[in-house]
Amino acid sequence: MEQEITTRVTPISAPSEMTAMREQCKDALDRRKTTFRVCAGTACIAGGSLDVYEELKNQIKQRGIDVDVELLFEGGETEAGASKSGCHGFCQMGPLVRIEPQGTFYNKVKVDDVPNIISATLEDQGVVEELLFENQDGSRAATEKEVPFYAGQKRIVLGGCGTINPEDIRNYFAVDGYQALAKCLQDMTPEDVVEEMKKSGLRGRGGGGFPAGRKWESAAKATGRPKYIICNADEGDPGAFMDRSLIEGNPQSVIEGMIISAYGVGAKYGVVYVRAEYPLAVTRLFLALDQAREYGLLGENIMGSGFDFDIEVFQGAGAFVCGESSALRASIEGLPGEPTAKYDHATDKGLWEKPTVLNNVETFANVPIIINQGADWYASMGTENSKGTKVFSLVGNIVNTGLIEVEMGTTLRKIIFDIGGGIPDGKPFKAVQTGGPSGGCLPADKLDMPVDFDQLKEVGSMMGSGGMIVMDEGACVVNVAKYFIEFCNDESCGKCISCRDGSAALLNILERICEGEGREEDLETMEDLCHCIDDASMCGLGTSLPNPVLSTLHYFRDEYLAHIKDKNCPAKVCKPLFTYEVITDNCKKCGLCFRNCPSDAVIWKKKEVAEIIQDKCVKCGICKEVCKFDAVE
Amino acid sequence: MVTFTLNGKELEVKEGTTLLEVARDEGINIPTLCYHEEMSSYGACRLCLVEVIKRGWPSIQPACLYPAQNGIEVNTDTERVRKSRKILLELYLARSPDSQAIIDLAKEYGVRDTRFKLKESERSDCILCGLCVRACAEISKRHAISFAHRGSKRAIQTPFEELADVCVGCQACAFVCPTGVIKIEEAD
Repeated sequence: MEQEITTRVTPISAPSEMTAMREQCKDALDRRKTTFRVCAGTACIAGGSLDVYEELKNQIKQRGIDVDVELLFEGGETEAGASKSGCHGFCQMGPLVRIEPQGTFYNKVKVDDVPNIISATLEDQGVVEELLFENQDGSRAATEKEVPFYAGQKRIVLGGCGTINPEDIRNYFAVDGYQALAKCLQDMTPEDVVEEMKKSGLRGRGGGGFPAGRKWESAAKATGRPKYIICNADEGDPGAFMDRSLIEGNPQSVIEGMIISAYGVGAKYGVVYVRAEYPLAVTRLFLALDQAREYGLLGENIMGSGFDFDIEVFQGAGAFVCGESSALRASIEGLPGEPTAKYDHATDKGLWEKPTVLNNVETFANVPIIINQGADWYASMGTENSKGTKVFSLVGNIVNTGLIEVEMGTTLRKIIFDIGGGIPDGKPFKAVQTGGPSGGCLPADKLDMPVDFDQLKEVGSMMGSGGMIVMDEGACVVNVAKYFIEFCNDESCGKCISCRDGSAALLNILERICEGEGREEDLETMEDLCHCIDDASMCGLGTSLPNPVLSTLHYFRDEYLAHIKDKNCPAKVCKPLFTYEVITDNCKKCGLCFRNCPSDAVIWKKKEVAEIIQDKCVKCGICKEVCKFDAVE
Repeated sequence: MVTFTLNGKELEVKEGTTLLEVARDEGINIPTLCYHEEMSSYGACRLCLVEVIKRGWPSIQPACLYPAQNGIEVNTDTERVRKSRKILLELYLARSPDSQAIIDLAKEYGVRDTRFKLKESERSDCILCGLCVRACAEISKRHAISFAHRGSKRAIQTPFEELADVCVGCQACAFVCPTGVIKIEEAD
């Protein structure tokens, strides 16, 4: 691993030692005068950020500066160094580099930019203007705070993501890491911890929204032994990467949350159930657990308090349904990942029939913050029944793709237009799918709705884990519904006929509508089937899979009818249901469409208006895209 | 003992008794395809769904799994139940259009035709009720067959689709199969 801790580690032997540990780590890191903080989240790595990181390190070294982190912890100081961090959130503009302590924020950084960045920072105390974020009016934002994407956010849970090195626990210590656990072990009884969680109003961030404190209270009261804490990191919604980014960016906060939960309910064992498809998250999680153990924060006699707790990692084998609690438990127990009907609460009979607290990654990451800052402070944020903040992944037709965190109750408009920067190319907004495949598709007139658990439910969608897929007018809602039903049909475990064959039958109807063979009675048939699937299926996957269909039928019924009655796909997505034609008046006879058509469907001669031969047209839309005069519709 | 009402009648039964067991004792007809009283309940066919009102909150539950609880109100024949059950039977007809057992059962509940269509690869006389799997595991204790794959690809298989060497040819699987899809062949 890159940042192995080579200094000899003295385990923490009393909670009171944590204050000194924080100061020691803070001082050490402060002795590095300038830090080049490179985003090493999955998206920035894919964009080449690790090469940027290596180059920064090399060039700093070439200046005769010692970049070894251990030097700092041995009391030395250094002029500059490069450090990796988790996701900064602004994935659209990656790779990202921030200069600390100045806060200078560079985006789309390439290896070739490194010499300029280094000389500007270390020699001239200046900035590389062209790497700063460019506002719409052409002005430049020097720091993150000045970038509109960050200005509208409240990054509390994501606070450590993008600011600390997730591969070195001492970075977490320096930002109050494990102070919350020390406070619990030193000043709070397990009952106090549960009470504090209840007071905070924190609701489970995995989708269900069950109050975490009440869950912990039930598990604390349960008589079975041993008790288990499970962290659900089986994030599988298309377009969602909140949990992955949190584990990649600040794994210790999740671990600390789990330890505090274990202390509160009296659990001895913990499991993180994480997707094997998240290799970076898995690697950093293992590293974080090892480091926590080295410092005596996991295992026997944590911080010398007599409290024992350890965490194992269980990697899921790729089934979406294993994010469902009973299927997840079955999977850990070595059974097929299939939901079972449970009429006992998991807090009484969960994993191995023992009392179990199962919370999501983001839920656990909230815990240390609540303990540190107090339940009252936490409960002062958000809406009446949804407290605190929520992390969302913003994807789809949106200018600023990325990972954001906002106070509960923030409107969709603020999220999509202020933070997300709106729709690319100024196209009109059409819909937003919240809550992943189980959520709903909301139209423009819901944009001013404050986002919280209850409001989303009321309008036929759900919070889910926090994926937000934004669609412009080029998205066909029938096709979107088809996509999500196909996903659910593929990911259904296949146990209940309603979910397995019900989704297949729904898909069949949707496919027919997209092919221009829809019938008017199909809409009622789908509604009937959707209500049956909801009523008759065993687990949440089945009961919520009709949501994309029901919500689009509710808000976009006209678009379904256009497909069925007019044989027209207004968004020009369903190929049998639209044609491309040349608008004679607009055509400037340039022949660009002719030259770019991949299927020889355009007839054109010099000084003549182009014509599209429908029999040959494959409806790829290239002619429309290349035309500079809006002459293809 | 727990006390609850079933179709308006107050009953007292042993804790842990399922709603299906109570209903059958009371002579109430609830259709099932994946239930067998000698084996554990699985809850896959969904036909036994009933309406359960608990603390004023109505929900649809499978009777074969749901345990009778104090104070609940159970109705086995509400409009919502009948409607969902009919749609399930339509799904069964779409899945197994040639199975006489399915055609007969659907007819019993007034379903003669289906509005749904499944692809050829999704149709089968095997309704994946899992009775054969449980018979093999719980009665014969051989574990020669199980479920494989998921979603519409789900199927009953022997390990690696090869002849299972643990199979003793007891035919329990064929005996419990509600659609008669399991055929027994004499080995040479």
